[in-house]
Amino acid sequence: MAQGDKKEARKDRKEGKKLEREQRRAARRSSEQEFLRETGEAAGELGEIDEAALEAEALGYAAEEAAAGAEAQSEASEAEWEPGAEVEEPAEPEEARKGWLRKLREGLSRSRTGLTMPLSRALAARRFDEDFWENAEEILISADVGLPMSVEVVEAVKTRLTALKVKEPEEALQAFKDVVAEKLSVGETGIKFNPDGVTVILVVGVNGTGKTTTIAKLANYMHEQGKTVILAAADTFRAAAIEQLEVWGERVGVHTVKHRPGSDSAAVAYDAVEAAQARGIDAVIVDTAGRLHTKVNLMEELRKIKRIVERKVPVTEVLLVLDATTGQNGLIQARQFKETVGVTGIVLTKLDGTAKGGIVVAIEHELGIPIKFIGVGEKMHDLLPFDPTGFAEALFS
Amino acid sequence: MFDSLTDRLQDVFKRLRGHAKLSEKQVQEVMREIRLALLEADVNFKVAKEFVSQVQERAVGQEVLQSLTPAQQVIKIVNEEMVELLGSKENAVNFSGKLPVTIMLIGLQGSGKTTAAAKLARHLKSKGRSPMLVAADVYRPAAVEQLKVLGEKIGVEVTGSANQKPLDIVEKAVKAALKAGHDTVIIDTAGRLHIDSEMMQEISQIKKRFKPQEILLTVDAMTGQDAVNVALAFKEQVDFDGIVLTKLDGDARGGAALSMRAVTGKPIKFASVGEKLEDLEPFYPDRMASRILGMGDMLSLIEKAQSAYDENKAAELERKLRKQQFTLEDFLDQMQELKKMGPLDQLLGMVPGLGQKMKGVSFDEGQMKRVEAIIQSMTRDERVNPNIIGASRRKRIAAGSGTTTQDVNRLLQQFKEMQKLMKQFGKLGGRKASRAFPFQM
Ligand SMILES: Nc1nc2c(ncn2[C@@H]2O[C@H](COP(=O)(O)OP(=O)(O)OP(=O)(O)O)[C@@H](O)[C@H]2O)c(=O)[nH]1
Ligand SMILES: Nc1nc2c(ncn2[C@@H]2O[C@H](COP(=O)(O)OP(=O)(O)OP(=O)(O)O)[C@@H](O)[C@H]2O)c(=O)[nH]1
Ligand SMILES: [Mg+2]
Ligand SMILES: [Mg+2]
Repeated sequence: MAQGDKKEARKDRKEGKKLEREQRRAARRSSEQEFLRETGEAAGELGEIDEAALEAEALGYAAEEAAAGAEAQSEASEAEWEPGAEVEEPAEPEEARKGWLRKLREGLSRSRTGLTMPLSRALAARRFDEDFWENAEEILISADVGLPMSVEVVEAVKTRLTALKVKEPEEALQAFKDVVAEKLSVGETGIKFNPDGVTVILVVGVNGTGKTTTIAKLANYMHEQGKTVILAAADTFRAAAIEQLEVWGERVGVHTVKHRPGSDSAAVAYDAVEAAQARGIDAVIVDTAGRLHTKVNLMEELRKIKRIVERKVPVTEVLLVLDATTGQNGLIQARQFKETVGVTGIVLTKLDGTAKGGIVVAIEHELGIPIKFIGVGEKMHDLLPFDPTGFAEALFS
Repeated sequence: MFDSLTDRLQDVFKRLRGHAKLSEKQVQEVMREIRLALLEADVNFKVAKEFVSQVQERAVGQEVLQSLTPAQQVIKIVNEEMVELLGSKENAVNFSGKLPVTIMLIGLQGSGKTTAAAKLARHLKSKGRSPMLVAADVYRPAAVEQLKVLGEKIGVEVTGSANQKPLDIVEKAVKAALKAGHDTVIIDTAGRLHIDSEMMQEISQIKKRFKPQEILLTVDAMTGQDAVNVALAFKEQVDFDGIVLTKLDGDARGGAALSMRAVTGKPIKFASVGEKLEDLEPFYPDRMASRILGMGDMLSLIEKAQSAYDENKAAELERKLRKQQFTLEDFLDQMQELKKMGPLDQLLGMVPGLGQKMKGVSFDEGQMKRVEAIIQSMTRDERVNPNIIGASRRKRIAAGSGTTTQDVNRLLQQFKEMQKLMKQFGKLGGRKASRAFPFQM
């Protein structure tokens, strides 16, 4: 009897939870709808271009985009929770677990030298055994080169050492650096200019990688080379993105073309190109909003920016800005951006930190996109042309 | 480049079969694949190595559940260990102590601090608190404006200006907050590198002076191997109370979460899943574990193999069966649930033990589709109460579903028999009644 009651109570609780879940789902659906309306509106806004054809296209686009948005948003998150409420409560770690975690922490607080030391020691002892190769592989993995690429590099070095009958430790280390540097020496470096008109550089990437800052650095770099540049504030989405670019423009001493927040990005880029043509400016650098490569509608928006600009002039450079702290996802990003807008070069930022940015080895190897510049700080002079040898050197130090 | 872990494990599954206890060799074989999956997910290589060897030790000798293969059993253990490691009791925001409650966001450049600050403000406001946002990033161009724009969107006051020192900004803000009756102050700080000692000094000074109840390290889910260095440096030089993992709306596997949790012991308190201000969630260790392992499909299969059916639904079904309220609608539900798990024959092949038993039984998917179509062509009333389905309704249903009236008759007949059967099960009170797929056509 009593047991039956308990069972009933349990069922009731379960039913209550189910109801809660359903309510949450419903709330989620309605907020998704709201979002779609928002994005639909934003996409429908046209900015100040008066070309009728362009308008028609952009309008047709808005519908497409909303449809794509519906798909992209389908895996949204659960909406509400209590700030103080416990979420999930797995048991406290046991003593044994604490033991291995402590050991791990101690091991890790010894810095990177702990990693390269065994390699140097093995090199000094001329002992190219299993441990040596494993250690080399770990150095590569810890630099975010990724397992498949690390294995490939190690294999290439093994072959080279045998072929060249290398005996000296310095030569062995050099072989590693050479192999990596060779893999990174694909394609052209530097900015390609349009010989018959305005050079357009489209800057793309996921959120927060350093696009806007890199644009300031690039503008400064080109400015110093005697080129005239204007900036296009085509990130009309993120809060104060336009102001951010404008401040940079003022610091560098170049003009920024802008529309209102929320307006059509393609229209901004188009206007900037038109302005550059009218004033005989050499180059336009287009700042775009950060977007995850998984968001179909946002990737489509990028394609649209490029298409609309190309009614005026070809886009000569599409630069993907990649954060050096990024791990294996960097390869997926590069693949997706390449497929959508045809990336012509990579700028690897934040190399002034401790991250090595090794994923670019895999990117160059698989996608053949050259790395053109590296970012080494937050100031406008903190941009350097990419140097494969120096990069490879840094991987092993 | 990589096949999914599930694909790669197929091989291992085939080789490892039928032992009562997990042998060292079995465990090792699976663990090798697990380690690769962890590296692929950006778990720091040392953390991956230690985690794997730790779990390996625990797994050897454990009993293999009857419903699982040895390989599945190992994965189940790995998953449980990871959920436990990722999870934590201390994932709530600390609101105790002196007012205003102070929360400070810190982290590398571009990790999502400013956005997260606004999201937290929005969330706390919706829970009845009165937050104020403080813009203490005086370096990045338009950082203050960015926070102001966000604050305006959610109706939260923002203070701060780029012409003052961060310490002074916070000092003034705390005073102003008290005066204006705000109970919570959320400080957005500039992005900084963990090796920039001057900048690290700046936030430890704020910490020393204002003793925030919560310091949250904001980390991008796409972060690679360096996550451990960053997290350790922030812990050693400033120390923090929890982690906000951002940009989880992408497809990064997010191994950084495991790395950071393992090396700092700090809980992950929030997950940021988009650019919009409502895109903030509590952190779910179980979701994260299956994301890192990259084998949500396998895990859910293991779960299903253990319980054969979602617990809640099973309970619900059981209740209905007892009360003899099991309708065609429930049946349709159950069928769709099953379909979600994938093509039936494949699915059954993967469930250990079942493969054999199912040999004689062919699961004709075409037939399942027909049954589905028939039920879908019924009105709600008809589904709930099939007794009202007379000759003309049968004709209509057959026409609507592209089947014959014989098909409809057969289904209704079988359903009636099943209900009878259910009644008997109901009397027996067996849980099992709800476990099996009730129909065999
Ligand atoms: N240390 C360091 N910080 C950098 C570098 N490049 C950019 N940053 C910083 O990274 C943060 C983000 O830079 P932004 O230029 O705003 O990045 P973004 O890609 O335009 O960001 P969204 O437009 O929001 O997607 C800022 O705090 C920059 O100062 C670099 O090379 N090194
Ligand atoms: N897709 C996605 N984007 C996010 C998320 N959180 C933040 N962002 C975006 O990431 C970029 C950087 O976010 P911010 O909040 O400016 O980062 P921050 O840490 O304050 O940057 P700094 O102040 O320059 O160090 C912006 O484009 C945000 O819109 C998230 O969860 N998902
Ligand atoms: Mg930007
Ligand atoms: Mg910020």
